[in-house]
Amino acid sequence: MKTFKLGGVHPPENKLSAEAAIETIALPKQVTVPLGQHLGAPATAIVKKGDMVKVGQQIAKATGFISANIHSPVSGKVFKIDNVYDSSGYRKPSIIINVEGDEWVDTIDRSTDIDANIKLSAKEITDKINEMGVVGLGGATFPSFVKLMVPDGKKVDYLIINGVECEPYLTSDHRLMLERGEEMLIGVSILMKGLNTNKALIGIEDNKKDAIEDLKRLAQKFKGIEVHPLKVQYPQGGEKQLIQALTGREVPSGKLPLEVGCVVNNVGTALAIYEAVQKNKPLFERVVTVTGKSVKKPSNFLARIGTPIKELIEAAQGLPEDTGKIINGGPMMGKALLNTDVPVVKGTSGILIMPEKESKRNEASNCIRCAKCVEACPMGLEPVLLSKTSKLELFEKVEAERVMDCIECGSCSYTCPANIPLLDYIRYGKNKVGGIIRDRSKK
Amino acid sequence: MNEVILYSVGSLGTLAIVAAIILYFVAQKFKVFEDPRIDDVEEILPSANCGGCGYAGCRAFAEALVKAGTMEGFNCPVGGSDVMVDVGKALGLEAEIAEPQIAVVRCNGTVDNSPAKVKYDGISSCAAAATIYSGEGGCSFGCLGLGDCEESCDFDAIHVNPKTMIPEVTNNCVACNACVIACPKDIIELRNVGKKERRIFVSCINEEKGAPAKKNCSVACIACSKCFNVCPFDAIEMKNNRAYIDYEKCKLCRKCVAVCPTDAIHEINFPLKKIKPAADKAAPKKVATETKVDLTANLVTEQKKEVVKKEAPKNAAADAKKEENKKA
Repeated sequence: MKTFKLGGVHPPENKLSAEAAIETIALPKQVTVPLGQHLGAPATAIVKKGDMVKVGQQIAKATGFISANIHSPVSGKVFKIDNVYDSSGYRKPSIIINVEGDEWVDTIDRSTDIDANIKLSAKEITDKINEMGVVGLGGATFPSFVKLMVPDGKKVDYLIINGVECEPYLTSDHRLMLERGEEMLIGVSILMKGLNTNKALIGIEDNKKDAIEDLKRLAQKFKGIEVHPLKVQYPQGGEKQLIQALTGREVPSGKLPLEVGCVVNNVGTALAIYEAVQKNKPLFERVVTVTGKSVKKPSNFLARIGTPIKELIEAAQGLPEDTGKIINGGPMMGKALLNTDVPVVKGTSGILIMPEKESKRNEASNCIRCAKCVEACPMGLEPVLLSKTSKLELFEKVEAERVMDCIECGSCSYTCPANIPLLDYIRYGKNKVGGIIRDRSKK
Repeated sequence: MNEVILYSVGSLGTLAIVAAIILYFVAQKFKVFEDPRIDDVEEILPSANCGGCGYAGCRAFAEALVKAGTMEGFNCPVGGSDVMVDVGKALGLEAEIAEPQIAVVRCNGTVDNSPAKVKYDGISSCAAAATIYSGEGGCSFGCLGLGDCEESCDFDAIHVNPKTMIPEVTNNCVACNACVIACPKDIIELRNVGKKERRIFVSCINEEKGAPAKKNCSVACIACSKCFNVCPFDAIEMKNNRAYIDYEKCKLCRKCVAVCPTDAIHEINFPLKKIKPAADKAAPKKVATETKVDLTANLVTEQKKEVVKKEAPKNAAADAKKEENKKA
């Protein structure tokens, strides 16, 4: 079975919510929509306090090229535009809307019949995706239309669809593939048209055998789409690892997948693109997994953007008593939340509620130079060196050792037998080196 | 036998002399001329090699100074005016006397003032924690208390108080700027030591509006502008929802300290103010009825006097005021 060559670890999968069908949860009374839900510049609000808005109405427009539009997930009145804590741990500008009813703008096609007829041209597809505010739903939230703008001289050989979902506990992509597989495949065809390519490869980890079977069957209707099972190994879902596993090509250090003729998109993004192009529906809701060993009802909820996390936890039958941490994302790359008022945003793939006894880190001891971290690193870096030089603030060395290639997957921290928080130091170093590079390019 | 010794000594000795002569000529040919004054200046400098002057160590400072030929823009904060005057004498130049400065921590978000709303379980580095979240108390401008400043100090002058989790500066501080650079939130500022070592500053750099600032920390600057309005010397500037006192213009009159509603403005090394009239009325009554309270009151006053005399944590002044207010 195909897999990536370097490194990787195998944490316990814990896909507790794999059997839970997607449930639409009730609308909250108030939503908080942050303006910075995507990579790039935060959007600029185009509504003000007191305005009435409908579901799907644009409430913020993209600022600059790498940015995205934001649409209202609810109908109601804009309560205020203020700084609110979001999952970043800082207060960020957000639009707060008091919910009244559930009225949608009439440009959205709310019918549920599957429309496989792609009427728009490649350029129109790109514009539509931009207009509808679709961003990468795998977690990186990169504005999707930018990936469709292939510069002159570059050609896309393969469109790669990421159905891997390698993070333990998370199952939203799995359920989407099972329940909305056909629409997702139409989304893939739309992307193929937009990129002017005729080959799409869908990678799915082998622990989702039902999804692999279903999609293989459905893909027979579509020309050029192939479904490939992949070995269960973390981080198979990393862009560069996926490209290597499916095509054998290696993305050069510091370059984008386009350099080897590939463009990668998440299955959730493909579905969002189907809805945007065929149903004129902007991105304002997504599937969020709520899971954890003590959670009474691990579930996958279809939630509107801006819903406070506590509503999702309530819908999963409440916060367990032994909760130690509430993590936004998975256990490998997620980030602990400050409180449960934090809203769901476009990049929220799951909420993991960790019991107290698993939340605490073990005491770190000295590095024993075992090189398990070097073995585990899927990018071929030396975490022991990167973490030490970041700690000592030798940022020139950190940059020279290619810290910017680090995908922050956490495999190194996971394997370290001395419990050294390697990823924390590396993230710090990467942050600082990123700043240094930005300042250098400004001059 | 004698011949062997004679020949060995003779040949090696000749080799040595020849080598010495060659070395002498080579040394003369490749000699680098260095202004001897650089050595003189370096002798006078304190050899701390801290970088506070802006140069890579004392020798680099000496080289730059001698090359420049003027004392303008050169100052060794560790040596202070004494050293600069001596250096001036050695070079025959007029020394610029810079006002002595000291590091000031502009945050009083202690565990009491800004109670923790979350628990941080990460690496013990302010710089790293600052990239992850806004701080245990919730104020995103406040001190994280993890001690990057303490680690950066070569003079043992700044330590994080474990009870309050806020760093405190001692008189060892030579204003070398290391902690200012180390702090990721730009909380520490170099300010003039002040006449009689007295100084006044706003101990808050929060730029949020008053209501959210106060919610996170009870001693935040809420930008009410009372200090700005009362200052007779135009030393206070209101910018970005906070007050800032210009230490060049401040004449230490303390009117701002008196009007600040959140105790955000701190005064250092001032004598205790006169007890307010309301407290005076209360005190005699206490003496009449309860000798116990009277003794305690005296003890506290004695303690306060002690605390103010020592170059102790700047919180002492604010704490003393709070004690006063509590009693009143």
